[in-house]
Amino acid sequence: MKIIKVLLMSACLLAQAAIADTDVQKAQKVKQGQELAFDRKKGNCLACHYVQGGTLMGTAGPPLVAMKARFPKREVLFDQVSDARIKNNKTIMPPFGSHEILSKQEIELVVTWLYTL
Amino acid sequence: MKSTLLSLSRSIKTTITLCLIVWAGPLASAEAPANKYQKTVESDIKRFSQFFYNKFSHVKPADFKDGIYAIDAAAREQWIEIEDFPPYELSIDDGKELFEAPFANGKSYADCFANGGVGIRQNYPHFDSKLNEVITLELAINRCRTNNGEKPLKYKKGPLADISAYMASTSRGEVFDVKVPNEAAYAAYMDGKKFFYSKRGQLNLACVDCHVGITGQKLRADIPGPGLGQVTGFPVYRAKWEEIGTLHRRYAGCNKNVRAKPFKAQSEVYRNLEYFQTLMSQGLAVNGPSSRK
Ligand code: HEC
Ligand code: HEC
Repeated sequence: MKIIKVLLMSACLLAQAAIADTDVQKAQKVKQGQELAFDRKKGNCLACHYVQGGTLMGTAGPPLVAMKARFPKREVLFDQVSDARIKNNKTIMPPFGSHEILSKQEIELVVTWLYTL
Repeated sequence: MKSTLLSLSRSIKTTITLCLIVWAGPLASAEAPANKYQKTVESDIKRFSQFFYNKFSHVKPADFKDGIYAIDAAAREQWIEIEDFPPYELSIDDGKELFEAPFANGKSYADCFANGGVGIRQNYPHFDSKLNEVITLELAINRCRTNNGEKPLKYKKGPLADISAYMASTSRGEVFDVKVPNEAAYAAYMDGKKFFYSKRGQLNLACVDCHVGITGQKLRADIPGPGLGQVTGFPVYRAKWEEIGTLHRRYAGCNKNVRAKPFKAQSEVYRNLEYFQTLMSQGLAVNGPSSRK
């Protein structure tokens, strides 16, 4: 009986730890995504976009706000970053995925960060 | 009834158009054929400059020679202060000395250029119909040297930029006067034009994207200036370079910024680009050398 209780308790603890872990992971991903977006050698998104918390921001693109409302589908937002020409073939936004400026994983991180805006 | 009227009016339109073509044909060919290319380019120039006149309607057309400082009022004030004690002054002095020093064979630069090389910046680059290529001022300076048994100078900075600065300084206020004399010249112009409009580099940006599309907008702390009047102030002393540099050095910089491989200074590609850009700036005054951020 005691053993079962201990087992149950430790299972609960483990489960909790797992949940806590994903939260931490999520926060880490958001941070990594933001770093990639701000890094001049990587996304350098601030060259063109206003982003809350950014400095020295450009005005060549629209401000990045309310991403969830504007991009309910994650794939669509991924495509916008990966190759903005899909939506607008005259865009000046660099095709980050197609031109291998950012890897797939890196774009996923940027998208995760974008959804916090 | 309506449709017959429509088709009637359409056929009238077609007839008029046909007549126009038939009439325009002999009229056009009656003119000197060399002018055909010049005319085409002139209408390009009109459209190009009109875009900037509309976009920056507060800027006096003649002021586009000042590059970014024509449109950025805050930066303009600082720039005018800097121009009071110009950082390129020394380059002009050095350039004059170099320009006047005779070659080993006793000749000098003055012997290679019209009007002894004074007040002629506005005629460069020009298309040489015998050599079938665009001759920039810097190329002409070096050809003058090699034709007189001297070694060529480096194209991006140093003594050649100084000589170019001196020659520009004797031409200030003269109005750019570059022509497109024939088909080969037009081909060079088209080559430069294509370059200006082509996406390039990992960032996939064309000159036109920044210097037409988003000119006046902020990119981080930089503002891409208007494509009109981009060449008129060269060579320039750039604070970033801490020295004077030539136009082709700047071209290489803008190519590198989009992570494209730059071309060699005075390569045919850049000379054709300079030809196109200078043609687009016809009517503006020589304003070189200049200072830039
Ligand atoms: C050189 C300029 C430039 C850079 C750099 C740039 N963008 Fe853009 N971006 C634009 C422009 C212009 C648009 C407007 C739509 C279009 O033309 O595609 C845009 C649109 C967007 C949109 C859609 C916004 C909306 O509300 O519809 C998103 C999201 C976006 N960019 C994200 C990014 C991210 C993330 C980065 C960096 C990894 C980035 N952009 C870098 C120019 C740029
Ligand atoms: C990513 C944006 C961008 C692209 C693409 C770009 N430029 Fe620039 N360029 C700038 C900025 C910013 C400046 C500095 C401000 C200014 O003088 O316009 C500049 C400056 C210049 C200057 C100096 C003007 C002066 O008066 O000193 C020239 C010439 C020039 N660019 C030509 C080009 C050409 C030709 C191309 C294409 C091969 C090109 N640029 C592509 C952003 C760009």
